[in-house]
Amino acid sequence: MSTDCALRVRGLGKLYHIGGSRARTGNIREAMSKTVMRPIERIRNPGAATHTSEDLWALRGVDLDVEHGEALGIIGRNGAGKTTLLKILSHITEPTEGRVEIRGRVGSLLEVGTGFHPELTGRENIQLNGAILGMTRAEIKGKFDDIVEFSEIGRFLDTPVKRYSTGMYVRLAFSVAAHLEPEILIVDEVLAVGDVGFQKKCLGKMEDVSGEGRTVLFVSHNMTAVRSLCRTAVQIEAGRVTDKGEAGAVVARYLAEQAGDAASIRWEPSKGPGDSQARLVAVEVLDSTGEVANMVTTDRPFEIRMEFDLFRSDPAFCVGFDLATSDGTVVLRSLQTDKAREEWPQVVEGRNVLSCSVPPGLLNEGRYFVMPRLSIHARRWIVHTDSVVSFLVHRDTESPYTLDRPGTIAPTLDWQSL
Amino acid sequence: MSTTTTTPRVGSAELIVYEHKRGWSALNLRELWRYRELLYFLTWRDILVRYKQAVFGVLWAILQPLLTMVVFTVVFNKALGVQSPSADIPYAVFSFSGLLPWNFFAGALSRSGTSLVGNANLLTKVYFPRLVIPFSAVLAGLVDLAIAFLVLIGLIFAYGLTPTWHIVFLPLFVALAFVTALGVSLWLSSLNVLYRDVQYVIPFLVQLWFFFSPVIYSVSDIPAGPLRVAFVLNPMTGVIGGFRWALLGEAFPPGYMWISVGVVVVLFVTGMFYFKRMERVFADVV
Repeated sequence: MSTDCALRVRGLGKLYHIGGSRARTGNIREAMSKTVMRPIERIRNPGAATHTSEDLWALRGVDLDVEHGEALGIIGRNGAGKTTLLKILSHITEPTEGRVEIRGRVGSLLEVGTGFHPELTGRENIQLNGAILGMTRAEIKGKFDDIVEFSEIGRFLDTPVKRYSTGMYVRLAFSVAAHLEPEILIVDEVLAVGDVGFQKKCLGKMEDVSGEGRTVLFVSHNMTAVRSLCRTAVQIEAGRVTDKGEAGAVVARYLAEQAGDAASIRWEPSKGPGDSQARLVAVEVLDSTGEVANMVTTDRPFEIRMEFDLFRSDPAFCVGFDLATSDGTVVLRSLQTDKAREEWPQVVEGRNVLSCSVPPGLLNEGRYFVMPRLSIHARRWIVHTDSVVSFLVHRDTESPYTLDRPGTIAPTLDWQSL
Repeated sequence: MSTTTTTPRVGSAELIVYEHKRGWSALNLRELWRYRELLYFLTWRDILVRYKQAVFGVLWAILQPLLTMVVFTVVFNKALGVQSPSADIPYAVFSFSGLLPWNFFAGALSRSGTSLVGNANLLTKVYFPRLVIPFSAVLAGLVDLAIAFLVLIGLIFAYGLTPTWHIVFLPLFVALAFVTALGVSLWLSSLNVLYRDVQYVIPFLVQLWFFFSPVIYSVSDIPAGPLRVAFVLNPMTGVIGGFRWALLGEAFPPGYMWISVGVVVVLFVTGMFYFKRMERVFADVV
């Protein structure tokens, strides 16, 4: 292994027993009867495969080389195996096959606030969480003031964190993590929490980290973050690396492939993205005539329609989408709660169809991607997926001079001679 | 903002390899040593949280064994006529000196039994030697033990007795109690990850174990013969005997002391091996 390689992965695979997890943690009676029955089964069925259909390879045949100082983005759909990969690299779980070679101290951040105890104060949790993330006591002491300052919690330092707002909690948790200084930093989707201002601050801190020549592995659904933080990226699908290369190119190919050319997607009622609180049923782009449209023109408004089931209503429930360009830059986010409360569209328990009208002349030419967002405001994401549908914008104005405009948006503004 | 920066030592770092291992894995003491601060912080968290949530806080560490001792004295000594083996030692002091290691042991078992499952979020999100978890659960009990020890010393003086010079050997028996508790905890905590039944068995096990340990009675009350042999296989018999020798100047536990030590060593070593073997699947099944 060459010494400039911080991390080298060869033929990595991880097998999970899906039914097995139950059998494993089931109860002693099952385990005992299994132990007795297995040899009998063997005799009856000598050719039976040891790996049954309940086995799932979360990762298979993954090769990866990460140089010292490289910032590598890892992208892919939910359930593609990204987190499993990070867990193996963080030594949390053992690979079933293959080999990982690491040079340098690894710090991993798969969740913010791991080990935080609600009864303990902010001060106590900083110390505890620091130790859990692998800092020494001297290191925590040295960075304590920086952490407190970064978290902006100030006078609540000696209050038990159970009295913190979600925002404060996340800020404190992330601040501890942001001051981790390992040689290799492994970060899972942790920036999806917290308010936007603080997210930006964290991204800035992360950029400092990668700028200091540290090796960073970064999993995210935030394509803008991946492009700005990482020089290279890999895409993982169904447990295999399906694409690797320069970050911008990988992101662009991924987004295009994700959305395909479809301007409409519809899931089986219980199969869509979501959880027990709410679940998406459909996302569609419709032109001004109300037809599903792969292409919209800028001289007319068009509509983005979201259909979802709400199982448990919550006053802070938000539904909307991020609109991104093909390189992953988010152009805008729009939620049904953007206007004054009296003007919010009605959302009821059960099936809802909300329509968002996009005014004419807003977007520039090109392909746009719709990334649905369902959340309980400032508390948690219900759906935070990559793009599910895309559409082309064709610019159609009365002026002959508007072709090939630079910029992600291209509204027609008023000009007057004075 | 942080102003400290560390320059990564490119190429100089040691090579770490992760791959699928089979069979028994060696105990990595150096790694355990490197994580001693995490052990310290987790123990500290356990202690802090325990006393923070209770209104009476530390007072419980004094009240609990004291009240238990009062109940034992009334029920077993006054009502049922169980006597302390030596006329010089009141039953109250006798039973309290047995409760000292027993409460430590029982507390350690109930805390550590569910410790891995209770810390599932740590196991699945961060790497550290998993031994730290049951270890800290047992360690946290030492504070209660120290408090109860002070109460016992007060009790000894209150009854007009004086501790003997044997007391200098007490740390040895505390260590024996510790290793006993840790040995059993390693088994229980790792079994509980795989079979949640264990957590229901633990309270029952602790209760049963109590009656087979010489807390409310003395080993000499057990008739010599096969029954006594069964009793001395219980490592807590040796631990409690040792405590009473060191604290009250009772006769040093004869042969059975060494049997207890032997059983403890077996429990601890097998527990360690089993734990190390199961450790790598904890994160996947917890």
